[in-house]
Amino acid sequence: MKYLRFLRVNLFRKKIRTGLTIGSFAIAMLLFGLLVIVRFAFNQGVEVAGADRLIVMNRVTFIEPLPLSYRDRIAALPGIKSVTYATWFGGTYQDPKNFFPQFAVDVDTWREMYPEYLVPDPQWKAFVDDRQAAIAGEGTAKRFGWKIGDRIPIQGTIFTGNWQFNLVGIYTGARPKDDTTQFWFHYDYLNETLKQEKLRYWIDNPGWYIVKLANPDDAVTLVKKIDQTFANSSAETKTDTEQAFAQSFVKQTGNIELIILVIGSIVFFTLLLVTGNTMAISVRERTGELAILKAIGFSDRFILFFVLAESISIALIGGALGIGVAAGLAKLAMAYGNPLAAVLPLLYLPPDQMVVGIGVALAVGGLAGLLPALTASRLKVVDALRRV
Amino acid sequence: MVRVDGTGSDTSLIRIRGLDKTYRRGDEVIHVLQGLNLDVEKGEFVAFMGPSGSGKTTLLNLLGGLDMPSRGSISVAGDEITHMSAGKLTQWRARHVGFIFQMYNLLPVLTAFQNVELPLLLTNLSRAERRQHVDAALEIVGLADRSDHYPRQLSGGQEQRVAIARAIVADPTFLLCDEPTGDLDRKSADEILDLLTRLCREHGKTILMVSHDPLAADRAGAVLHLNKGALVEAQGVGGPA
Repeated sequence: MKYLRFLRVNLFRKKIRTGLTIGSFAIAMLLFGLLVIVRFAFNQGVEVAGADRLIVMNRVTFIEPLPLSYRDRIAALPGIKSVTYATWFGGTYQDPKNFFPQFAVDVDTWREMYPEYLVPDPQWKAFVDDRQAAIAGEGTAKRFGWKIGDRIPIQGTIFTGNWQFNLVGIYTGARPKDDTTQFWFHYDYLNETLKQEKLRYWIDNPGWYIVKLANPDDAVTLVKKIDQTFANSSAETKTDTEQAFAQSFVKQTGNIELIILVIGSIVFFTLLLVTGNTMAISVRERTGELAILKAIGFSDRFILFFVLAESISIALIGGALGIGVAAGLAKLAMAYGNPLAAVLPLLYLPPDQMVVGIGVALAVGGLAGLLPALTASRLKVVDALRRV
Repeated sequence: MVRVDGTGSDTSLIRIRGLDKTYRRGDEVIHVLQGLNLDVEKGEFVAFMGPSGSGKTTLLNLLGGLDMPSRGSISVAGDEITHMSAGKLTQWRARHVGFIFQMYNLLPVLTAFQNVELPLLLTNLSRAERRQHVDAALEIVGLADRSDHYPRQLSGGQEQRVAIARAIVADPTFLLCDEPTGDLDRKSADEILDLLTRLCREHGKTILMVSHDPLAADRAGAVLHLNKGALVEAQGVGGPA
């Protein structure tokens, strides 16, 4: 503690230089934070995927439906706890660019399948009781300024026409990273409308099944068993864990991980050079002072840690600032209806990634300060004083 | 009494025997100090004089444990420092040596108080105890009212007095002064010399000072003249030079 004041005055002896170096860290970490937010937005489905859930879809393609009769046959397999189903609706609200995921869901089984989505009981009851009812995630409700009781018109693209829904509930996520952009309505409402319009292809044919396992360890066995059950039928299935299913979507958008890794590496390497240079100049300017400290009795190790502490402090302040601003921006965007919702539905900087970011900043700070710190600690007092 | 003939008693505070220091410059070997003997008792004020390159500052550096001799030994208060490791020597310096430099060498970002407090950070003293010691040191050098001033807000003489306060605050065994008045005008130089004399006489401090200034040397109890690394003349000593 007694050295903190000494550290602080040394750190801010050149306020502009320290400020600019902290600023470099802050901007780099802001960029890191934003990249993580984008990565998370793409991977959100993977992150929240339930380990005990499987997705069963048509082997030919995801957009081909499966017969409703499969529900009971899947449910009858040993090791299956429950089964639900859904159909992708693919509509837009008011404007074609106002896109968000809408699902026609099985009201009887949906809520049990996704306990991470929280709906107050009265709202769920209202949903069950009204065939035209819908529940929206709070993200989407905020985005469009919806409130319970609103009549929501959705323009169908796959199922054309103007569909009307009564918003009776708004769900929230149990975890901050849960997707709150979905919109659910009754599968029966969709199915009966399709029957009236005689769209036979979709009648009694939901888009996919979601299966909950009694034991997640049985996933591999049951994936095979389900697909074997429907092998050589008119609608063969392709079953995957929910995580693998979500990952297959992420892969379609390109290798986000690689892009982020490349950009991040360039930024941090540049930061390493900038900070290393700053610390080297700082140490060179203080050669005499460091020599005096050593003459007085401060050890080589103290000088090493002292210079390192300066470098790491700069990294910590800048890193925390940048990460804080990135997290704040994500929160702010979500609070104001997320203007990027069509592309990045959930803007969120997970706390573990914030810790990783600060850790990376500290590592860069430590690395950047290492060489100047070693130089300072190896300084020969006699030589340094001769130069003063 | 200072002795230079190698006949000092075992109780001498500083005891130098056969001290050599050589440097290599390419193939050339430069003898900076040659076969120096010296005994200094506690409370002595010794001045080293001589032309540039005579080895004065090298001797001071060796006495302060900042450099190692090529041959010979130095013991201070019974501690043989010529065989100490670098780490031990650092600890030894903190406990036994107070340095006063020509250019004061205060840390510009610290106030006078904080500069004086520096050596005490290496001790286990509490904050209150450190404050007590620093106040006392600043009082001795007559700068109690300047404790919150930064070096840039002080005159050269005041800066050097702060440096002296820093040197004495941890109550070291002896003070090493390298041209302490070399950068000061006559009046300020006299004030610093008065202060060093007082520290020696009233506080019993042992002082070894390098200076070019004959008036500074006049304040010392013993004056040793060096030339080409050897003692060539000694005044106020207990044995022949």
